[in-house]
Amino acid sequence: MALDLYAEDLVANYEHPHNKKTMENSDSSSHEYNTTCGDDITIYIKVKDGKVDNISFDGSGCAISVGTASKLTDAIKGKSIEDIEKLGFDFIVDLIGIDPGPARAKCASISLKALKHAVFIYEHKKPDKETERL
Amino acid sequence: MAKFDVDSIKEDFPILKTEKEGKQLVYLDSAATSQKPNQVIDAISDYYRTYNANIHRGIYEIAEKATEAYTDSKKEMADFIGADSYEEIVYVRNTTEAINLVALSWGERNIEEGDHILISEMEHHSNIVPWVLLSKRKKAKLDYIKVGDDYKLDEQSLEEGLEKQPKIVAITHASNVLGTINDVKAITEKAHKQGSVVLVDGAQSAPHMPVNVSDIGCDFYALSGHKMLGPTGIGALYGKSDILNSMPPIIGGGDMIRTVEFYACTWNDIPWKFEAGTSNIEGGIGMRPAISYLKSIGMQNVFEHEVKLTKYAMKSLSEIDNVTVYGPEPDNDCHAGVVSFAIKGVHPHDIASIFDNYNVAIRAGHHCAMPLVTQILNQSAVARMSFYIYNDEKDIDKAVEAINEVKRIFKIK
Ligand SMILES: Cc1ncc(COP(=O)(O)O)c(C=O)c1O
Repeated sequence: MALDLYAEDLVANYEHPHNKKTMENSDSSSHEYNTTCGDDITIYIKVKDGKVDNISFDGSGCAISVGTASKLTDAIKGKSIEDIEKLGFDFIVDLIGIDPGPARAKCASISLKALKHAVFIYEHKKPDKETERL
Repeated sequence: MAKFDVDSIKEDFPILKTEKEGKQLVYLDSAATSQKPNQVIDAISDYYRTYNANIHRGIYEIAEKATEAYTDSKKEMADFIGADSYEEIVYVRNTTEAINLVALSWGERNIEEGDHILISEMEHHSNIVPWVLLSKRKKAKLDYIKVGDDYKLDEQSLEEGLEKQPKIVAITHASNVLGTINDVKAITEKAHKQGSVVLVDGAQSAPHMPVNVSDIGCDFYALSGHKMLGPTGIGALYGKSDILNSMPPIIGGGDMIRTVEFYACTWNDIPWKFEAGTSNIEGGIGMRPAISYLKSIGMQNVFEHEVKLTKYAMKSLSEIDNVTVYGPEPDNDCHAGVVSFAIKGVHPHDIASIFDNYNVAIRAGHHCAMPLVTQILNQSAVARMSFYIYNDEKDIDKAVEAINEVKRIFKIK
């Protein structure tokens, strides 16, 4: 439901996003574009000892995509890339506290998709099917 | 129907009685597709329940009845848009298919390297992409009439485009983003003086205002049934009979031929030459009551009602801070039915999601007019409300309520 979807916390993350900057010396990055909303998100990661040491994002989009990207970058710091590989849409639902519904699912998952791509690129692996479906 | 009575019109549209969490549907997306009255829904189910049969072939009674109903629908359509006869009405899936048919048949035969094709910056993708494809295939030049700051076609740019003696001018009658109504009659007159053929995209005019193709003088006119109370999957291409007769078919098969030998065929008469295979019979049959419904209200009344709502909406929105409205002032009958807007600092998709919470359906996006929205309006997307016969001022008031909620959530003054 839209009203819950636009919880104060998410809207605040949209208005004042955390970790929103490009990263010059990232170890990996990935850009995703969502044609329906025109959401445009790039995720940058720095990896140390198999863990995400630093993460940022840049881009623009709707409140759902930008707000989630902001919250995602906060939540991911310190996570192992092994764990990130396994993250699915449930992680987003937990993160924003609500299932955004089919019309906005792509907006909510775009940053996770970019993050997972960045991790797979870092590992020289091909993204799995679940990531591509996000 | 004597007077324009929205309340009694609403009664005919069962979907408008549906609710979500106690809130009745407010449908403000008729430019995308219109809702359907009982008369249309019943006609389709009546066909399947009582006389379903293939057309043109059967010798038995229900087949004759189906054939007659389908042909009668074309007669109604011809009359509705002022064509000389139903032979000038080709039934297709939608406006998109109608325009592609012209590009693939007429265009393939008549456009040569170096020829000019003239369209405008306010076209829907369906009146851009077929011409991009054709111009690439033929190495022809595609020119655009500019949209001015007043959201209307730029006169000088039109003149410049016509000076190049384009082979075809393809122009929308009414913009699905700006609501701008173009003077297609004047454009057709000027274009014909340059020897151009003229196609009018009527997707947003046939449902909303009186249209007479003979008066406009255009060579082709394309429309979608689903935007004018009819079912999806049915639309019409009007073409002047001599030009349709001169065009080759693009799809071959049953019904479109007169004789077939192993290595040669002759074509059926127009319009059947362009309708290969079993037609969308239910679609054609469903169009008839849709047109009758609009006729019974009167298209001038439909138009005036929408101008009234457009004025009301533009006034209501202009009184809200940080809301921008895109489109010409709805004064001189140059703007109807569509109000595109933006709220400063809020993405249009977020606007539409919050509207949905009020069960108010609006559209957000580039509205299949990416060049217009991204390059002329300089937006990645805009929100749009669009009106039809079943809308009233109360629906717009609900939209205004939803806008205020959006502003509250995003803390906008
Ligand atoms: C101006 C205009 N032209 C063409 C179309 C395409 O209509 P359809 O999708 O029915 O082919 C639309 C539909 O939105 C339109 O608004």
